[in-house]
Amino acid sequence: MPKDHGIGASPMRREDVRFLTGRGKYTDDIALQGQAHAVFARSQVANGVITSIDTSEAEKMPGVLAVFTGEDFVDVGGNPAGWQINSRDGEPMKEPKRPVLAHGKVRHVGDAYAAVIAETEEQARDAAEAIVAEIDEQPAVVDMGAALKEGAPLVHDEIGTNQCFDWGWIEDNRAATDEAIKNAPHVTTLELVNNRLVPNAMEPRASTADYDPGTGDYTLYTTSQNPHLTRLLISAFVLGIPENKLKVVAPDVGGGFGSKIYHYGEEALVLAAAKKIGRPVRWTASRSESFLTDAHGRDHVTKIELACEKDGTFIAFRTETMANVGAYLSNFSTATPTFLHGTLMAGNYAVPNVYVNVKAVFTNTAPVDAYRGAGRPEATYSLERVIDMAARELGIDPLDIRRRNFVQPDQFPFTSAAGLEYDTGNYGALVDKLEEMIDRKGFEARRKASEKNGKLRGLGVNTYIEACGIAPSNLVGVLGSRVGLYDAATVRVNATGNIAVMVGAHSHGQGHETAFPQVVAGMLGIDENSVEIVHGDTSKIPFGMGTYGSRSLAVCGSAVVRATEKVINKGKKIAAHMLEASEADIEFADGQFSVAGTDKFVGFGDVALKAYIPHDFPLEEVEPGLEETAFYDPANFTYPAGAYACEVEVDPDTGKVTIDRFAAADDFGNVINPMIVSGQVHGGLAQGIGQALLEHTTYDADGQLISASYMDYAMPRADDVPFYSVDHSCQTPCTHNPLGVKGCGEAGAIGSPPSVVNAVIDALQSGGHSNVTHIDMPLTPSRVWSAMNS
Amino acid sequence: MYAFDIERPTRIADAVKLLSDSSESQPLGGGQTLIPTLKQRLAMPERLVSLTAIPEMQGVCLSDDGALCIGGATTHATVAAEAGAYPALAALAANIGDPAVRNRGTIGGSLANNDPSACYPAAALGSGATIITNTREIAADDYFQGMFTTALDDGEIITELRFPVSEAANYQKFDQPASRFALTGVFVAKFADGVRVAITGASEEGVIRWSEAEEALSKDFSADAISGLDLSGDGMISDLHGSGDYRAHLAKVLTGRAVSAAA
Repeated sequence: MPKDHGIGASPMRREDVRFLTGRGKYTDDIALQGQAHAVFARSQVANGVITSIDTSEAEKMPGVLAVFTGEDFVDVGGNPAGWQINSRDGEPMKEPKRPVLAHGKVRHVGDAYAAVIAETEEQARDAAEAIVAEIDEQPAVVDMGAALKEGAPLVHDEIGTNQCFDWGWIEDNRAATDEAIKNAPHVTTLELVNNRLVPNAMEPRASTADYDPGTGDYTLYTTSQNPHLTRLLISAFVLGIPENKLKVVAPDVGGGFGSKIYHYGEEALVLAAAKKIGRPVRWTASRSESFLTDAHGRDHVTKIELACEKDGTFIAFRTETMANVGAYLSNFSTATPTFLHGTLMAGNYAVPNVYVNVKAVFTNTAPVDAYRGAGRPEATYSLERVIDMAARELGIDPLDIRRRNFVQPDQFPFTSAAGLEYDTGNYGALVDKLEEMIDRKGFEARRKASEKNGKLRGLGVNTYIEACGIAPSNLVGVLGSRVGLYDAATVRVNATGNIAVMVGAHSHGQGHETAFPQVVAGMLGIDENSVEIVHGDTSKIPFGMGTYGSRSLAVCGSAVVRATEKVINKGKKIAAHMLEASEADIEFADGQFSVAGTDKFVGFGDVALKAYIPHDFPLEEVEPGLEETAFYDPANFTYPAGAYACEVEVDPDTGKVTIDRFAAADDFGNVINPMIVSGQVHGGLAQGIGQALLEHTTYDADGQLISASYMDYAMPRADDVPFYSVDHSCQTPCTHNPLGVKGCGEAGAIGSPPSVVNAVIDALQSGGHSNVTHIDMPLTPSRVWSAMNS
Repeated sequence: MYAFDIERPTRIADAVKLLSDSSESQPLGGGQTLIPTLKQRLAMPERLVSLTAIPEMQGVCLSDDGALCIGGATTHATVAAEAGAYPALAALAANIGDPAVRNRGTIGGSLANNDPSACYPAAALGSGATIITNTREIAADDYFQGMFTTALDDGEIITELRFPVSEAANYQKFDQPASRFALTGVFVAKFADGVRVAITGASEEGVIRWSEAEEALSKDFSADAISGLDLSGDGMISDLHGSGDYRAHLAKVLTGRAVSAAA
């Protein structure tokens, strides 16, 4: 029987009640007394020299309180990149300043060069339109190949190139990999595009700043996945407001998917404006602003080669990638195409040679950064597409070629040819499970039935591995991270025995408010409903690093475990005193502290009460109170893995692809709340399917975003996705964190695009289109039809 | 959105007067195009004259000669529910946008806007409907004059649509993946005196008739009848959702499907 509480149970998500009944409290819902409104003047051109900005008319407009331009921020810092990447020749990456407001030049459509603060949003909008900016439009660079050519227009004149870095991984493997490919019996080569995605969180970015002239304290309410990181960036790099004078609050946040990890200029602007006018200042992005200025995702152009024996044994993977970073370096933009991508280029495979070259390229487009999966979807897509192509060329079953090359269960811990140490896994078991889920034997009959209806049916499979639980500080430090990536939790037991857990992770859809109490209550043997999670407010929570990279449970959850263990240990001291026993004899189980070998015990609640009413405490031995904090920095990433399968029908008359079924077998290690895990996988799959079939970010040659609204940018809708079959019963617990958990938030988005594309290619091949070996995502009807008719 | 005044007259005559009072007045149907345009600050009318509170412009009925009459301010949802006498039209209306759009958007608003990817223009042209305004009756063949362009004069409003009910008809829409407007849509209607075929979403001229297909289908109302025809992609819309050639191809595929579904 399934458990109804504690670890492994699936209680309903308690936060959903407020979300689904409209009672969530988001940044835009916060209305402060006397708040004014900010509106930004944004560039209409992708590349231009700002000749002059005349704000005099705007300043005279009704309700206007202040107008800012880039000139007002020349003396403050820039928004930095969080990772230092060095080129193959040892040169550090090019890191042009990213100002609060554009100064001297605008570099992408939507780049803000001025801001108006007014009594109402409409007044601010009117005044922003009255700003007269003379911008001398320059030729734009949009295409990465063109941007790297000699004489291309420059995004940042001062660095003299559009190349941010030219990175090799692992440089020492380069020669051996080249040699292996040269001598290999079979080489499959594939050039592909990993399409740019617009994040499209349901809640647009929003920021409201408050300044208290009495104390000099600032408060920033903002749509952030990591309030402490945002505070650190603003304090240490951008505005210099001391951390102790700045409180950052991220209340309910309506989805982030990576785009709300980063600090954006709008946050700094409202803080500066609140101080200048002495009133709170708020800003909420329009959907158009979200399209133009949220950090986009993916956008790689890649050539991958797979060298193998005739029997399909892998010899080498060699990858050359151009990664678009857009017009400015967003905070993790340099880590995503490198250490979150290159290090995964061995996949689930015991391949001896891997080499990856990544050139990061500035273009006159919105900045690109981590988006659900971040680098790992790009790695998985390249690998699993080229493997599929090789299997077809060699006439080997697509699952068999993968099985043949898997790292085997007895090889863990296994150091991959791309340099990561996988702690545990059983990839063969995942593929076995997948085959069981998809009724592979029945596929031919289904294909025939489709053909009878004039449709082509295809089956696509792939596996994936990812490195998540983004942490170990010592490792990421070696890899170039400028921040630590631990997390933190405080468990505060109240006098009446209920508990507040302050966590550094931020919940914006992940279900922390339900899952974390399951951990704490399970350890303490108490009711989950007596445990409350507090997150998102730097004045309430310990210094944690937030939520991204599928890290919340693996990293912050581990801190929660450690803090809860400390609470139990202190409880033992108090219980020993209450029971007049030696601390060494106290045991804790099922919510009771007992004296070993006796029937003497006290309940957890009694100990909590005693902690706060210490009338007869031995104060020299134990302090009053029952509250403990732990910081946790893991020994390694966690390595979730999975095997996915997609079955599609293609209408050969129109090119339309319909996904008939999708199965996902994932190994997330131990699972705290299976329902939440399934939900995370479902959401990830929808995003992966969106990337594979629908989401078509398109800039024209002048740098105008053509797909800048939902009229042209297709998000997956309910009827675009099938009923999923998901399973996470194959569990190889993580060996180095106390819960044995791996991350699950990004898996679906990482693992799903290749099997969708593989399925479409399989369908077309079955229909006699043997020349169609690849189609770039998104596989829109017109692209599929064109491929069939080329 | 810029500030504007709004009037909600309850008689056609009052609406016409309000619209003629000032050249800065603009009629407002269901607002499914105009309101988003205003929100983007792409238009700045001083006054909107809403047409949705006028009872004489509401509803669906059959005229004595058997034509289906629809008030200009009738919502898509109402057409979907009440135009059972012309099932192809009711089905078309039921598949426009989403429930929110269908409960606000109006047939007159859609035809007055004449979006090149909208569904209703295909039905009106494909059925040979009559567009009735406050001043005159306009045959569909004379009404559509290119993308977002119609025979309507300033201040002229569509009060009613009259659809002759065909012997057989069907509308096939291929969704543009994002907007779910018609990437291409084809309305085929068979009358005693011949077949009409109207294509939306494809041509740079807006909704068009495909005369070769009409001719072929008038002789033989079967999908096979058009298999030898070749519709050119020249003059068809090319954008990120598909080339002109693709749209031309879709138009032919959809015509065949519409005929098969109707026959």
